[in-house]
Amino acid sequence: MENITPATAVKSQESGLRSGKSSIINVRERMMKYLFTACGIVAVACVLMITIYMIMSGAPAIGKIGIIDFLFGDTWHAKKEMFGILPLILTSIFGTLGAIVIGVPIGLLTAIFLSELAPKALKNIVKPAVELLAGIPSVIYGLLGANLIKPVMYWLEEIIYKNDPTHQFTGGANLASAIIVLAIMILPTIINISENAISSVPNEYREASYGLGATKIQTIFKVVIPAAKSGIASGVVLGVGRAIGEAMAIILVAGNSANMPELFNSVKFLTTGIVAEFAYSSGLHREALFAIGLVLFVFIMIINLILNGILKNGGKKGKSEKPAKSKV
Amino acid sequence: MKKKLITIIAATAIAATAAGCAEIPGSQTSSTGGTSQTSGETSLSGTLSMNGSTSMEKVIKAVNGAFSAKYPDVQVNLNLTGSGTGLQEAAEGKCDIGNSSRELKNSEAENLEATVIGLDGIAIVVNTANTIDDISLDDLAKIYAGEVNNWSQLGGNDKAIVVIGREDGSGTRDGFESIVMGDKEANYAQELESTGSVINAVSTTEGAIGYASLANVDESVKALKVDGVEATEENIKSGCYKVQRPFICAVKKGNDNELVKAYLEFILSEEGQALVLAQGAVPVK
Repeated sequence: MENITPATAVKSQESGLRSGKSSIINVRERMMKYLFTACGIVAVACVLMITIYMIMSGAPAIGKIGIIDFLFGDTWHAKKEMFGILPLILTSIFGTLGAIVIGVPIGLLTAIFLSELAPKALKNIVKPAVELLAGIPSVIYGLLGANLIKPVMYWLEEIIYKNDPTHQFTGGANLASAIIVLAIMILPTIINISENAISSVPNEYREASYGLGATKIQTIFKVVIPAAKSGIASGVVLGVGRAIGEAMAIILVAGNSANMPELFNSVKFLTTGIVAEFAYSSGLHREALFAIGLVLFVFIMIINLILNGILKNGGKKGKSEKPAKSKV
Repeated sequence: MKKKLITIIAATAIAATAAGCAEIPGSQTSSTGGTSQTSGETSLSGTLSMNGSTSMEKVIKAVNGAFSAKYPDVQVNLNLTGSGTGLQEAAEGKCDIGNSSRELKNSEAENLEATVIGLDGIAIVVNTANTIDDISLDDLAKIYAGEVNNWSQLGGNDKAIVVIGREDGSGTRDGFESIVMGDKEANYAQELESTGSVINAVSTTEGAIGYASLANVDESVKALKVDGVEATEENIKSGCYKVQRPFICAVKKGNDNELVKAYLEFILSEEGQALVLAQGAVPVK
């Protein structure tokens, strides 16, 4: 009895403490749960509000102009109330495509270099540099583009179109300049995400490949990249998202005339159209700018859906591919 | 405690309303009496409504700000729906002042009294390396329409012309095109969103031509003579320099609203004209 009593006393004391504290703990737990839920709701509410707002402010103009005339009209001339944004849409698409064509190979090879080939000392220099590149404000890219890329493009333009009287000289403010600026801007996104994907490919894959007599380069291109492809693809899609949504960097180098996209034409992107004209616009012109915003919003939504699709499928495929790969 | 608080709040509220009431008769008399100038103190009250040109937005807003600061009891409402509508509404009595950035048409001048409050001089600028100093209004239109696309066609160097202008909706663009282009359609290689961007682009692009409000032109670019006339304040005032337009405040004939009078007096005063100048227009006085 003497031995048991203290033990039971301690137990009862503990349980007493617990029941005393438990209510406080429970309350705190619940409060934190609500807090987290509230934070989560903020994000969702923002998305909802933006979606509703964009539709409410963009849709009327589309209704007034007519969806066909708006999306497929080839003349943007606010003074004449002609609001066709086909040149803007095509410019945004081709500008982004161009940036991807230049940016993805460079970005991917840099990522491979960083994760597979670089000596540690070099990696310690290149990786922070790439990360820094991601943090540079976009307007800085634009300034550099305006002062470094534009003159080069002007020079090129004068050589290429020397004997072409029909070409309108842009002074280097054209689609080509914008593509180069965008390509540089999306590099860090592609590099960082691809590098993560490549680094997380299990080492057994590489060892198995070496074991079969493959060289390092063969291993990288035949084993590592296919295994990391969903990660690389999401990097590319995020790069596309960044390129299509960018305005400040390219407004300084694109020329901003609503022409059809050609490398040496002055062009207007969906984004730069809004930024450039918003200040003095009024009436239907301003509503049309909101409608452009809505189109851009839809573009970004589509890109996000694609990204989600890639991430989901990638996860499934990754699992199903694993045993197949190890058999090889 | 609570009771005390409530009584304090109530007391302050009563005091506040009492003070508010005390002020009301004063403001009422001034509004019915219009201007009451006693010992240099001017007090006006009421609402002044104006509508018109977007090009005049900056000038008018600057003047309105100073006007409201001088007469705190006056509320100025400004709408920007364009010169035509502004004049029409002023003539119909829907607003007190119609702002117009063009001369009045004869039909409009019948009912309206126009006061020129400033002049908008638009300088034509080229790169400093350009050998051309003088351009005719006609050639200017041809350049912007794309009919002339090399400086050699105008006697300059063999250099392609890069046509630079402002974005759609800009007042300067609207002014330039209405004065220079006539029936022609301007075709830009670069549409930039500010005067500074235009100056910068022209200064860094050898073949470039652009336009900007005279006040913003600096030494990094060369302002061309138009039809042999240099773009200077004097030449704009005298009307010799062609690329200019008036900023007009139009009032319905017979409108003897004290507020309107005070406003026009203010805008033509030294202070008002300084504001006009500060916003890039040429003052008339």
